[in-house]
Amino acid sequence: MNKLWKEFSKGLWKDLPPFKLVLGLCPVLAVTSTAENGFGMGMAVIFVLTLSNLLVSLVRNLIPAKVRIACFIVIAASLVVAVELLMQAYVYPLYQQLGIFVPLIVVNCIILGRAEAFASKNPPLPAIADGLGMGIGFTMSLTFLGGLREFFGHGQLFGHHVAWAGFEPVSFMAEAPGAFVSLGLLLCAMNYFTNLQRKRKGLAPIDGPTHDCGSCGACGSK
Amino acid sequence: MQEYFLLFIAAIFVNNIVLAQYLGNCPFIGTSKETSVAIGMGGAVVFVAVMAAAITWLVQEYLLAPLGLGFLQTLAFILVIASLVQFVEMFLKKMVPPLYKSLGIFLPLITTNCAVMGIALICQRNEFGFVKAVAFATASGLGFMLALVVLAGIREKLEIRRVPRAMRGTPVGLVMAGLMSLAFFAFKGMI
Repeated sequence: MNKLWKEFSKGLWKDLPPFKLVLGLCPVLAVTSTAENGFGMGMAVIFVLTLSNLLVSLVRNLIPAKVRIACFIVIAASLVVAVELLMQAYVYPLYQQLGIFVPLIVVNCIILGRAEAFASKNPPLPAIADGLGMGIGFTMSLTFLGGLREFFGHGQLFGHHVAWAGFEPVSFMAEAPGAFVSLGLLLCAMNYFTNLQRKRKGLAPIDGPTHDCGSCGACGSK
Repeated sequence: MQEYFLLFIAAIFVNNIVLAQYLGNCPFIGTSKETSVAIGMGGAVVFVAVMAAAITWLVQEYLLAPLGLGFLQTLAFILVIASLVQFVEMFLKKMVPPLYKSLGIFLPLITTNCAVMGIALICQRNEFGFVKAVAFATASGLGFMLALVVLAGIREKLEIRRVPRAMRGTPVGLVMAGLMSLAFFAFKGMI
């Protein structure tokens, strides 16, 4: 039980997917123009990530190592097709808002990265805990960034007007440049607080996580 | 002719695939530390994106649509792209070793590059014809390459500057990308 909680909770802060692992940046930037879109995207990712972790973990001993990436892709793609059909049936407006980023969940590094780094080496229960934790961490980050951009860009939060009278919306934040800059500043703030904590413990400061495309593990290996 | 000229300008500058459409951000930030790497990655993306757009268009038109399997589009496209990348890699290794040397290490990274799949999906959603889809993929790939090489140039200069510790690496790269995106915003009024 303790171990399961550890696998679950690491996705919530220690390995928070978009900010600490710097994985899956495209949806993070693209769908966070409002908090609601970020939340919806996060939900879809929780669904795909948890089930793909479970399935990969179940078949981990059956798949030959050489074709494992192809198998992971097929599993993820089938789940994404299921999500697409479910979203079309129940939340069609959101599906239209998210546009091509729903099918693009299949190439999100988080899905393949967790399959390769965790689910293919662990039994089903920890794999589910890992997927749920990472998914919830991803959703929290997306909703937070979306809320931030929606507030400064439109003076709204989840579509409700929350800004005070005389608030001047900064339309820069709602557009593409604002997405890059606010994510950059958020990562900077994370690094700053990490180092502040280390300083308090008397440790030397470290550089933030560097992002290189191979870090998801899915691409470089064959 | 004019239509294609406008399509090129629109896809490269106005709706740049990375800076305005948010596609392919992982390699955009991940492989933009050196100009030479950026050129290799950009070339590989152009090459694969054009082939993928052509083949996925044919798959959709002659396989999925007649059989009524439109809902399997995502699954079919990713399989086509993954096998295409493998095939291109083997082909280049055997037949064109110099090209393989310059593009080879980037090819495996492209399977999970959402720009390639994104371009194929945009072509379908806008119902482009075959020639238009190929032209759009070429222009978008070039747009990706342009953004990547420019960002790599900026980040090479940044290497020798004093950047606050918390901003080093990815954060400052993202802020630079944001400023570039702002600059590309100026093209919005052109078309």
